[in-house]
Amino acid sequence: MAAFDEMTGGDGSVRPAYAKLKAWLDAIPAEDVARKRREADILFRRLGITFAVYGEGGDTERLIPFDLVPRVLDAREWTQLAKGLIQRVKAINAFLRDVYHEGEILKAGRIPDDLVRNNAQYRPEMKGVAVAQGAYTTIAGIDIVRVDADTFYVLEDNVRTPSGVSYMIENREAMMRLFPDLVAMHSVAPVGHYPDELLRTLRSVAPFGAGDDPTVVVLTPGAYNSAYFEHVFLAEQMGVELVEGQDLFVKDDIVYMRMAGGPRRVDVIYRRIDDAFLDPAAFRPDSALGVRGLFAAYRAGNVTLANAVGAGVADDKAVYPFVPEMVRFYLGEAPILKNVPTWSCREPEDLAYVCGHLDELVVKEVHGSGGYGMLVGPRSTTAEIETYRRRIEADPANFIAQPTLALSTCPTLVAEGLAPRHVDLRPFILVGREIKLVPGGLTRVALRAGSLVVNSSQGGGTKDTWILSE
Amino acid sequence: MLSRAADNLYWMSRYMERAENMARFLDVGYRMSLLPAGGDPQRTQWEPALIIAGCDEAFAARGLEINARNVVEFLALELANPSSIAACLHQARENARAMRTQVTTEMWESLNSTWLEIRDLDYRRLEEMGLRAFFDWVKERSHLFRGVAYGTMQRDTAFKFVRLGTFIERSDATARLLDVKYHILLPTPQDVGGAIDYYQWSALLRSVSAFQIYRRIYRDVITPARIAELLILRPDMPRSLIACLYEVTEILVGLREEFQRDYKCTRIALETQSRLRYGRIEDIIAQGLHEYLTEFVDRMAALSQAISRDFMLPAEATT
Repeated sequence: MAAFDEMTGGDGSVRPAYAKLKAWLDAIPAEDVARKRREADILFRRLGITFAVYGEGGDTERLIPFDLVPRVLDAREWTQLAKGLIQRVKAINAFLRDVYHEGEILKAGRIPDDLVRNNAQYRPEMKGVAVAQGAYTTIAGIDIVRVDADTFYVLEDNVRTPSGVSYMIENREAMMRLFPDLVAMHSVAPVGHYPDELLRTLRSVAPFGAGDDPTVVVLTPGAYNSAYFEHVFLAEQMGVELVEGQDLFVKDDIVYMRMAGGPRRVDVIYRRIDDAFLDPAAFRPDSALGVRGLFAAYRAGNVTLANAVGAGVADDKAVYPFVPEMVRFYLGEAPILKNVPTWSCREPEDLAYVCGHLDELVVKEVHGSGGYGMLVGPRSTTAEIETYRRRIEADPANFIAQPTLALSTCPTLVAEGLAPRHVDLRPFILVGREIKLVPGGLTRVALRAGSLVVNSSQGGGTKDTWILSE
Repeated sequence: MLSRAADNLYWMSRYMERAENMARFLDVGYRMSLLPAGGDPQRTQWEPALIIAGCDEAFAARGLEINARNVVEFLALELANPSSIAACLHQARENARAMRTQVTTEMWESLNSTWLEIRDLDYRRLEEMGLRAFFDWVKERSHLFRGVAYGTMQRDTAFKFVRLGTFIERSDATARLLDVKYHILLPTPQDVGGAIDYYQWSALLRSVSAFQIYRRIYRDVITPARIAELLILRPDMPRSLIACLYEVTEILVGLREEFQRDYKCTRIALETQSRLRYGRIEDIIAQGLHEYLTEFVDRMAALSQAISRDFMLPAEATT
């Protein structure tokens, strides 16, 4: 499978956006690279950039490998992507508002009713609840892959609690410390103002009546969560309190936080806890992470939760195939970003096709994430495929399948030197009174040769992503 | 500031100070182990360190012989012993980690790299490095932590709780250290006032960085009463009980003004401070130094409990 290389374009020439980087890579002595690599390692370790990997046990502070070679996109490519992302997130928010109110798209038969209403992520409790600015997903992370010079696909939408934005910012910080000259000779669009934009966005969705100085907090499940570092980072950068469920309490439908000097009212909660754990009185009664009475306060309009409860019904993998339809239905526009063709195993015809082509397809669980529990057909043994086939047959509706895409590659530093490795991209979109995105995102890279799985839990690394100014 | 944050910051600096004091306790033990002594010298010289640290029972439960290696390993490196230097440095770092938004990047980096260094240390490497060098390293890391906090933290509520932890912990440690002589038997009663007695007292002084201060203040021979006066009643001696209590009361009065509430801890602290302020060393000696110090340690325990009730577990119904 010939993959498109973002530096050489596959034909050995150097694409213009990479010209300076290529010249610099050719000129830098190997021992300098090795030294910088050690510096980067120390830098990240000292900053405590950590990412606990579920189920691994032992050292919960394994580093996500950081690759020194940046990924470069030119202004034209970014402008097109940005337009497509804004369009997509607008449609997703319109969809969420619709399914929790009139349900027009379901009545029109453009999306199967049962796919939405019987979805595990659909929250009937949200019916008729007013959401500030209609921002159901206030923070969205959309995963993009590329297959050639002009074609980008959306691989998946993350509209619940997407993580990774702290790496986007810290990777840039690291590049500026390690290679200031290289950064300076490119005009790279800055990403460091993301926390300011995030705070502005969160304040713009405060409940009516919160006044012009609303109190924003970040709600974390705690220090043992895999993305805890990011929760800390964002709270710190925004200058707001990082709270756990135990720090909040609800009295008369008003949310307060426990302060050393006495309770203080809270207006906006950027929560990094799943719906089910938010409030033991409304959802899972065994949740020790949430706040009793929080959902009632939310329904009463006294506090904003970002992202909204029930947003997950839009990023479910079974709903994913219908996102282009949402763009057409709500915006009356042609979708700018393409979806990857997807077979839903809940459909008998699709199921038959998938089972006949398992060795060519990528199969995923509908609710899975993090690259766990997926099958990459072309890279699996016959035995693995047969085991997976039995799982699909036992519960077809739980699986979708997509063609194995030839993800683009970027030059990456590996043990043998520079080599092409597959990448994806997660830009972050902020929805408040306005829709914004900072030029960039998190590039994840599959460090093993030939691997298409970029998730950090599966041995993926990250790269700084450079959007060049015109 | 969140109640939980106040709790983490307070304990972060308590644990850091506790690690430093443990190094000082061990330093006394080490210095004394170099002095001639009768009976079983290893035992008589290292047992006091276990007693001051409040670890004598936990150590005995291990059924290990009291000697330099076993005691140092237990008090410095043993993670399963919650009072060991390594465990304290780990706790200090974990408290900071739980409240990363409240500590400056420099503070976090200092605590984190201290932990990463001691994490990889075993007794063999500690011996290579030298015990004294190791104790000095611990003290330096603690000095660095305090300096970084002082030099980088905003002078806000968080800073008050960080300082509070330091001085609560330090006053307790100084009282325990001063009590060490109570637990050390001189080889024979005739040795009182003799050379060994002198060296033991001066080892104690050096371990709290007070030898030069003593010389400068008293310009005279070392006597137990003066040492007690220096470490209990002299406000210009930075590790003395009264110096610590001045800091504690200043912070607690500041919090009382900031939050406009009346706190039990502030009252206990002010009362303790007054007793020190108007205390006389003659009366303390007459009462018995050991008894006086024991009472002080109990009083500090009550103060510490009140602090935690007043700021760290506030009732929620008081909107």
